[in-house]
Amino acid sequence: MSDIIYMDNNATTQVAPEVVEAMLPFLSDNYGNPSSMYSFGGQVGGAVVNAREQVADLLGASSDEILFTSCGTESDNTAIRSALRVNPGKRHIVTTRVEHPAVLSLSKNLEKEGYVVTYLSVDSRGWFDMDELRHAIREDTAVVSIMMANNETGTIFPVEEAGAIVKERGVLFHVDAVQAVGKIPLDMSKSNIDMLAMSGHKLHAPKGVGALYIRKGIPFRSFLIGGHQERNRRGGTENVPSIVALGAACELAKGNIHHENTVVRAMRDRLEQGLLSSAPDARLNGHPLHRLPNTTNISFEYVEGEAILLLLNQFGICASSGSACTSGSLEPSHVLRAMGVPYTAAHGSIRFSLSRYNNDDEVDLILEKIPPVIQRLREISPFGRTK
Amino acid sequence: MWDYTPKVMDHFLNPRNVGELEDADAIGEVGNITCGDAMKLFLKIDKATETVTDARFQTFGCASAIASASALTELVKGRTLAEAEKLTNQHIAEFLGELPEEKMHCSVMGKEALDAAFANYRGEEYEGDDHAHDDTEIVCTCFGVTRGKIENVVRDNNLSTLEQVTHFTKAGGGCEGCHENIREVIDEVRKAMAREATLRTADQGTTEEKRPLTNIQRMQLVSQAIEREVRPALQKDGGDIDLVDIDGKKVYVALLGACHGCRAAGFTLKSLVETKITDFIGEEVEVIEVEA
Repeated sequence: MSDIIYMDNNATTQVAPEVVEAMLPFLSDNYGNPSSMYSFGGQVGGAVVNAREQVADLLGASSDEILFTSCGTESDNTAIRSALRVNPGKRHIVTTRVEHPAVLSLSKNLEKEGYVVTYLSVDSRGWFDMDELRHAIREDTAVVSIMMANNETGTIFPVEEAGAIVKERGVLFHVDAVQAVGKIPLDMSKSNIDMLAMSGHKLHAPKGVGALYIRKGIPFRSFLIGGHQERNRRGGTENVPSIVALGAACELAKGNIHHENTVVRAMRDRLEQGLLSSAPDARLNGHPLHRLPNTTNISFEYVEGEAILLLLNQFGICASSGSACTSGSLEPSHVLRAMGVPYTAAHGSIRFSLSRYNNDDEVDLILEKIPPVIQRLREISPFGRTK
Repeated sequence: MWDYTPKVMDHFLNPRNVGELEDADAIGEVGNITCGDAMKLFLKIDKATETVTDARFQTFGCASAIASASALTELVKGRTLAEAEKLTNQHIAEFLGELPEEKMHCSVMGKEALDAAFANYRGEEYEGDDHAHDDTEIVCTCFGVTRGKIENVVRDNNLSTLEQVTHFTKAGGGCEGCHENIREVIDEVRKAMAREATLRTADQGTTEEKRPLTNIQRMQLVSQAIEREVRPALQKDGGDIDLVDIDGKKVYVALLGACHGCRAAGFTLKSLVETKITDFIGEEVEVIEVEA
């Protein structure tokens, strides 16, 4: 592990050692079912109650507003499906072109089911237009679903401003905050968000656990139908070890949020400035100001992202790219295309996403290794040498 | 992460023959930066011996695109033009051990660059370019893939599915609006290939399509057409067909199952059986119904 420089924390994160420790007893001795009537199960139930409070505390919510799920995608699907089912006469959804597939692919599927979806466009910084949102909401709009922070660029949407517009029209407002929770402070008690999705493995909990915040009094329909768990809002025996882990991770995140926005941000800024000045024709993708403190997305023109990543891999550097070759499709990132980033730059985009486990030496090493890698690929490339 | 062979990684990390050839005799340029990969191939050709004496490349693209280009230059160096022209994308893929199927389009780009370079050498317009050839009808508008390219790739690599064509050419990987058209192209090419295969085995060494069929060839083709094209179509409706006899261009068949005595049998015979056989063998025949 010591040879790995992990800067792909928007993809997934290292499980915090404290989190592993917190969950271990529930993988061994404390295996009771929280629903059981004896105290051996009851203790386990108590741990779930505690975890729910820890999650609520990070979000500025009350614990009965927290629903545990299996992942961010389930949280998003649950929220949007619920909003549609409590508004059976309404057939319209508003979202943006830059959402995560958890919302975007669901929207495409809902279109096949007969719903109408408006996808808000974004400008070159990745922001949508508030007037466009205002005009997009119709009489039959069931839900507006907008991400809080973009996973690829880190751009933070002004969701509260958007929420004010949405609530003025009496429409349900869902926010995919998978990338934001733990990185920027949130306070649901002062928010107009109705539902908010989060995922454990983006904030140093394990994969396979997430949560959905559901504001008290908001009509809700279950996605998973089964037992009475989660106060009849999600059937299925609780994933106790992971729920305990998510709680512990949220408590840690709350304690580290200042660090995230100072120390991690400073490392990110240094990395970003260094990269932009290290190679000609490098450009920043995303909002210059309103951005997650840990994320930088930079395009190196005339070279291709997968090739950059494989060369960086030789040094143990882990990052990601919006190029077609790494996206699993044949087209580059839908986020960068929506922002109007030219294809030449989209193919050569690299995202570094940091965490509190990174350090300055790692930033130095990346700054040392990147320029020769870019230069080497540009020497092979037929483009960009005329300048 | 892609599962690249050590040879792909070697040619990516240590690409051979990178750069330009100032006094190149042939230059082939394919792909573009929008599509995510592009390649420029430079060849030095000895005119007396018609041999490729040197090759260089420049590539914009992923690891397998760079490795494919590197492999191509190694493959063409020292070969006569006649030999080099016979190289296909399969040779590039084999040279590298293997490419993930999703990355086969990188080897196809290498083959195209080679074709383009030879066209350039002969002073011709590369047929992959617009307006040069009937095959330049664009099938996939997202990636600008022509019918001719799809036909060649299906043929060279013996492809049979839409997914394979997307992996090899990118065609169909964008808006998906062309999927039906791609399936049609695959179907046409495979029919033609089956026909040619039969001709080859029937008449060793002669693959001239325009020559009239011999009786033996025609019998084999008609029988194949019935097996592959007609019977499956009839069986869908609970019918069946037997080939009874062939006399010159007259084909005698018996309709069986639900087709037997069906009032639409006459129509089926002309519109389906006769058309399918004629299409398949590339020659007009008359289909006549007899009792089984």
